[in-house]
Amino acid sequence: MSLILIVSIVIALAVIGYVLGVQRAVSSADGDQRILHSLKGYYGQNVALTVLVPSLLVLAIWAIAQPLLIDQSVSGLLNLEDSRAQSLAMADVRRVAEGLDTAIAQGALTSDAAANMDAETTDVRDLLGDIGVAVGSDVTPETLNAAQRYRGLSNTGSWARGFVVLAIALAGFAFALSRITKDFRARNIVERGVLVLLIAAASVAVLTTIGIVLSLIFNTINFLQAYPAADFFFGTRWEPSFSGRGGSSELGFLPLIWGTMFISIISLIVAVPLGLFSAIYLSEYASPRVRSIAKPMLEILAGIPTIVYGLFALLTVGPLLVSAFGQGGFFGVDWMSGGTAAMTAGLVMGIMLIPFVSSLSDDIINAVPQAMRDGSYGLGATQSETIRQVIIPAALPGIVGAILLAASRAIGETMIVVLGAGAAASLSLNPFEAMTTVTAKIVSQLTGDGEFNSPETMVAFALGMTLFVITLCLNVFALYIVRKYREQYD
Amino acid sequence: MTDYKISAKGVQVYYGDTHAIKDVDVDIEDKTVTAFIGPSGCGKSTFLRTLNRMNDTIDICRVQGDIRIDGEDIYDSAVDPVQLRAKVGMVFQKPNPFPKSIYDNVAYGPKIHGLARNKAELDEIVESSLRKAALWTEAKDRLNAPGTGLSGGQQQRLCIARAIATAPEVLLMDEPCSALDPIATAQVEELIDELRQSFSVVIVTHSMQQAARVSQKTAFFHLGNLVEYGETDKIFTNPEDPRTESYISGRIG
Repeated sequence: MSLILIVSIVIALAVIGYVLGVQRAVSSADGDQRILHSLKGYYGQNVALTVLVPSLLVLAIWAIAQPLLIDQSVSGLLNLEDSRAQSLAMADVRRVAEGLDTAIAQGALTSDAAANMDAETTDVRDLLGDIGVAVGSDVTPETLNAAQRYRGLSNTGSWARGFVVLAIALAGFAFALSRITKDFRARNIVERGVLVLLIAAASVAVLTTIGIVLSLIFNTINFLQAYPAADFFFGTRWEPSFSGRGGSSELGFLPLIWGTMFISIISLIVAVPLGLFSAIYLSEYASPRVRSIAKPMLEILAGIPTIVYGLFALLTVGPLLVSAFGQGGFFGVDWMSGGTAAMTAGLVMGIMLIPFVSSLSDDIINAVPQAMRDGSYGLGATQSETIRQVIIPAALPGIVGAILLAASRAIGETMIVVLGAGAAASLSLNPFEAMTTVTAKIVSQLTGDGEFNSPETMVAFALGMTLFVITLCLNVFALYIVRKYREQYD
Repeated sequence: MTDYKISAKGVQVYYGDTHAIKDVDVDIEDKTVTAFIGPSGCGKSTFLRTLNRMNDTIDICRVQGDIRIDGEDIYDSAVDPVQLRAKVGMVFQKPNPFPKSIYDNVAYGPKIHGLARNKAELDEIVESSLRKAALWTEAKDRLNAPGTGLSGGQQQRLCIARAIATAPEVLLMDEPCSALDPIATAQVEELIDELRQSFSVVIVTHSMQQAARVSQKTAFFHLGNLVEYGETDKIFTNPEDPRTESYISGRIG
């Protein structure tokens, strides 16, 4: 039974349940709606929710559990020791099983023929090729056998799924309808149903996060088994080789984190003063008219895709810097040999971060009570004295929080670095030299054509994990500071 | 005429289209406490804020008329409002200590205006201001503790100490006791009476008992008009205007 069919039947049941629930409630009150405990719609909603929530929940769990169970039972048939070979073979099995399904759907095979097919007598690969399903290699008897088993199990599974889900939906339908009397507290039950829906929505987000973190952790552990942890965390050279496996590559983390920190600090040196000053101007000095124009303009900066900033870095800022600091340039120094450099990426990233710093600081400065300003003006302080000595100290924890959030954003930035900073991992002190960051290297490691299980590729997870831990710490610290600040005035 | 510390003639204040103060004339004497009373929204706080040009910080507010302090027109373009506010201190309705230490709160004004030549002088100003505000005994051991950690009444006395530390000539108080309990109120009232020795004090209050207790002169505002102004005793015992009488006896407001 197909998924769409099941879901539509359940939804139809819910709709019918709603109508019947309302009718039953009204008739239980002899048509006088005022003596019902709840509005009549609640009785209908109660039935609909009782039909929908448990059955769809079971359906979701089933959808996750069934493939896992089937895979486990089928892969037993293949008898392969190596887990890598196992997963490749399972991919073949699934492909053949799908091919058989397609063949039956197109009428090229009867379902009996598909179930009893023998790889010794039939050329399965040809047969599937004829109907447009390409299989990588000849189909061995074991694979065919496993594929047939796979089909059988999924078939049984989906029938059982349909049966169980519909049974639950029907049971909910009957149960909810039978409980309706005029005193039934449908309103309160619906309230709880709403709560369940909201919790479900929240848990999707939370569970996804946990899933991502777990996958990062497990892959990092895999990587660290293939590559020594000390060499990764304390290695000073980043020279991955895609030709061999392991051994010949040097995957030192330090040059990457150095580049990340270097570029982030340059960008913060640009963004913090500019952002803070513009926030002070906007919140304290600007007239409402200027503010209503300038603030959205500044926030447009936040809406520009980072790849556009990357282009700007590559095509405008880089050449400009070379003409100033390169050989024969404006300053007559020869510090910069190419447009891609830590400085290029840092400057552009700083511009990208201005609206983060300014918009958050602006909110925080505005949150400083007017009474503080009045108090200071009342003592004969000028505006800038008030800002320097009263408002900034009062808003400082919040501003630090804003800066830390901007920093974690800078550390995670990728596109500007890929285009603006170059690809050479170096531990240099010269900001006009090409550098690279953790994020840029994750991109290049995963877009290379290395095998997926090689350390050169798996290192991306370890890099991602380290980056995640760093930005997480920064964010937690920032939130802690911001929260501490909030307590002051509330 | 020259006896008066502050003299206001034909003062009009507008908030956007609202005419908040209508043609108010008032003369305030030196070294007296003058109380402004009246129902909420009658313009007494607004008028108080015109006396040190605090209304300048509100964009939509316009002030017309003639206000002179010591004979000098404070709305003259040659007058620096910042300098004026150092001379005319203000204490607000809600205690608003800065998020700094008690010492720094009091030292804020003197530092800005360069009233102390060295640390010892600054210490002296802080101590004498806190003494005048009757906070010294409570605060002397915790001068480096944050001012926001004091109780409400102590915070308000800290704000008063902060205002008198700049050595103003006039002290404006906008309902200084409305956020305080009766004991703290009594302390602040006592303080106001002592401050009269050195400054001219103008206090806005909702409490007629308070006005009667602390002030020598009282002005009654109603709907933006100054209805009656005179000796406090006379206003409370024998008001001339029927509106004043009905407000004092609790029939309007």
